[in-house]
Amino acid sequence: MGKTLYEKVWEAHEVRKLRSGQSQLFIDLHLLHEVTSPQAFGMLKDLGLKVRYPHRTFATVDHIVPTHDRTEPFQDPLAQSMLEALRQNTKEHGITFFDLGSGNQGIVHVIGPQLGLTQPGMTIACGDSHTSTHGAFGAVAFGIGTSQVRDVLATQTLAASRLKVRRINVEGKLAPGVYAKDVILHIIRHLGVKGGLGYAYEYGGSAVEAMDMESRMTLCNMSIEGGARIGYVNPDETTFAYLEGRPYSPKGAEWEEAKRRWKSFASDPDAHYDDVVTFRAEEIPPTVTWGINPGQAVPIDGRIPLLEELPEEERPVAEEALAYMGLKPGQPIKGVPIQVAFIGSCTNARLSDLREVARFLKGHKVKKGVRALVVPGSEWVAQKAEEEGIAEVFREAGFEWRNPGCSMCLAMNPDRLQGDELAASSSNRNYKGRMGSPRGRTVLMSPLMVAAAAVTGEIADAREVFGILAR
Amino acid sequence: MLEKITLIRGRAVPLRGKDIDTDRIIPARFMKALTFEGLGQYLFYDERFDEGGNPKPHPLNDPRYRGATILLVEAGFGSGSSREHAPQAIKRAGFKALIGESFAEIFFGNATAIGLPCVTLAPEDLEVLFQAVEEDPALEVEVDLLAKEVRFGDRTAPLSIPEAAREALVEGLWDPIGELLEAGELLDEFDRRLPYPRRAE
Repeated sequence: MGKTLYEKVWEAHEVRKLRSGQSQLFIDLHLLHEVTSPQAFGMLKDLGLKVRYPHRTFATVDHIVPTHDRTEPFQDPLAQSMLEALRQNTKEHGITFFDLGSGNQGIVHVIGPQLGLTQPGMTIACGDSHTSTHGAFGAVAFGIGTSQVRDVLATQTLAASRLKVRRINVEGKLAPGVYAKDVILHIIRHLGVKGGLGYAYEYGGSAVEAMDMESRMTLCNMSIEGGARIGYVNPDETTFAYLEGRPYSPKGAEWEEAKRRWKSFASDPDAHYDDVVTFRAEEIPPTVTWGINPGQAVPIDGRIPLLEELPEEERPVAEEALAYMGLKPGQPIKGVPIQVAFIGSCTNARLSDLREVARFLKGHKVKKGVRALVVPGSEWVAQKAEEEGIAEVFREAGFEWRNPGCSMCLAMNPDRLQGDELAASSSNRNYKGRMGSPRGRTVLMSPLMVAAAAVTGEIADAREVFGILAR
Repeated sequence: MLEKITLIRGRAVPLRGKDIDTDRIIPARFMKALTFEGLGQYLFYDERFDEGGNPKPHPLNDPRYRGATILLVEAGFGSGSSREHAPQAIKRAGFKALIGESFAEIFFGNATAIGLPCVTLAPEDLEVLFQAVEEDPALEVEVDLLAKEVRFGDRTAPLSIPEAAREALVEGLWDPIGELLEAGELLDEFDRRLPYPRRAE
């Protein structure tokens, strides 16, 4: 019987069994940011420990970074102190830090792949749940808590329990105007926000194989929203082509050797899965959320479900969601007015996302009264977007072109909703209060759908707004 | 040596709601700090207080449940972000155990690693417990990790918890750092063998 990538990577990294029955798992690559690491360095200090393999940890600053004016000191002294703590901690322990203005600062899950730090067959951990993003490369990558950040710093290992693996096939060809974001919202809508508990998700099938790397990252990024701590795609030629020539990718003779090694981690054709689910790509519409968790989603031309259409156990959360969102059962989602449009986050702020939106946005204007922000995922993305004229397309359309960071996705910086504003957002969570206002509302969608909402001032079908159906 | 966590006895707060995410447990804006100290006061902040900081009706604001040490929750508790701030806030607000129907992966791991057991009951047992506590806030509840049961009134319900987590808690091994360090030179072997990103200048 063959093995899955998950099993192969696990076995290659299992140091030993612990007395509790868990495994001690070696972590190849550890990524740090300013929010979940200072307490870990504090714990390390209290225990008199040092960072054991500093060459395996890389840090950046993303959550608290102001995206409008990054002049230091920041207006928020707490944000400034977090940045300084990370500077100090990384310096003291010899950890590479991609600071503001280094050209490589950005959202931790954007810069890892961009620099070639993220590679197939690796175990990757970071104190952030969207570490699942790196699974797009065929890595076993997952979010950890701060005590575990301490564990990785001190030992480069974690106490971990093995997960089951669910294979999710998406077969066929995605329709025009349908993106990886729609695919993952569709999957979560059908499998539920708790559907992935206890599982790693392996995504495959012809539609996934046809996706470029950045689309695969979007797909894997939101695995956690489906309850799965890990999502991955088997490494293939698309993966290798993306990695070739990146700053931290293997070079020369090491490159061929690395590719051989990477390929060997891919799941065997006769691998055993604990569960298999198949979706048809043609049946996936542009999908948007209407509620307060990412599973509460509908096709753009659909209606918000009637309570009686939902399974009984989902009704209380649906009622709570409708009350919070100010929406009614049976109401079409299309046409709901928005006040804010946000393109950004570790889900959808990569160069390909911005390129795709710019391709259609040219010649359109953001509707009067809508506050529209685009926050590139990294300094590198921002620079490329300037060079390619993408930034100018956004600015001309009336978007605010900001500096890189996590921004409104979780609003730990000054970018936030006011009152009960409703935002069309390319981010990953529509939780109550997520975008910084306790009453603020979020509707998740693909970046192009956010652009359509910005232009029309309401939840809209990008295929109609930008004439994609007619092409 | 860590405390062996075998039995938690106390009153419980019934917190209704499925899929309660970590942003609700501790809103992101309260994570702007270099330590976890003082987080307890921000637990469920936006559900407990209005925008002027005035208390809203909420089980955690209900004086009848003051001093409770067990948090009763429903399914999918702790979904969302990896923030250890969430279980830290619960622990620092005085809770010693959670009883629910299911917990998100990372939340469960974070809670266990700080000695905060999260146990599950069958939905029908959980509902009986919820109703019992809502009727009688003074009701004493016991979470027994050795006997693997939850006891309240004259009832006993079997609890579930992954065996590795239960072992770790009852043996006082819930913070794994000591045992991870024991691997010693074995770690160097892995470090030598497994490639890591090397910048070719």
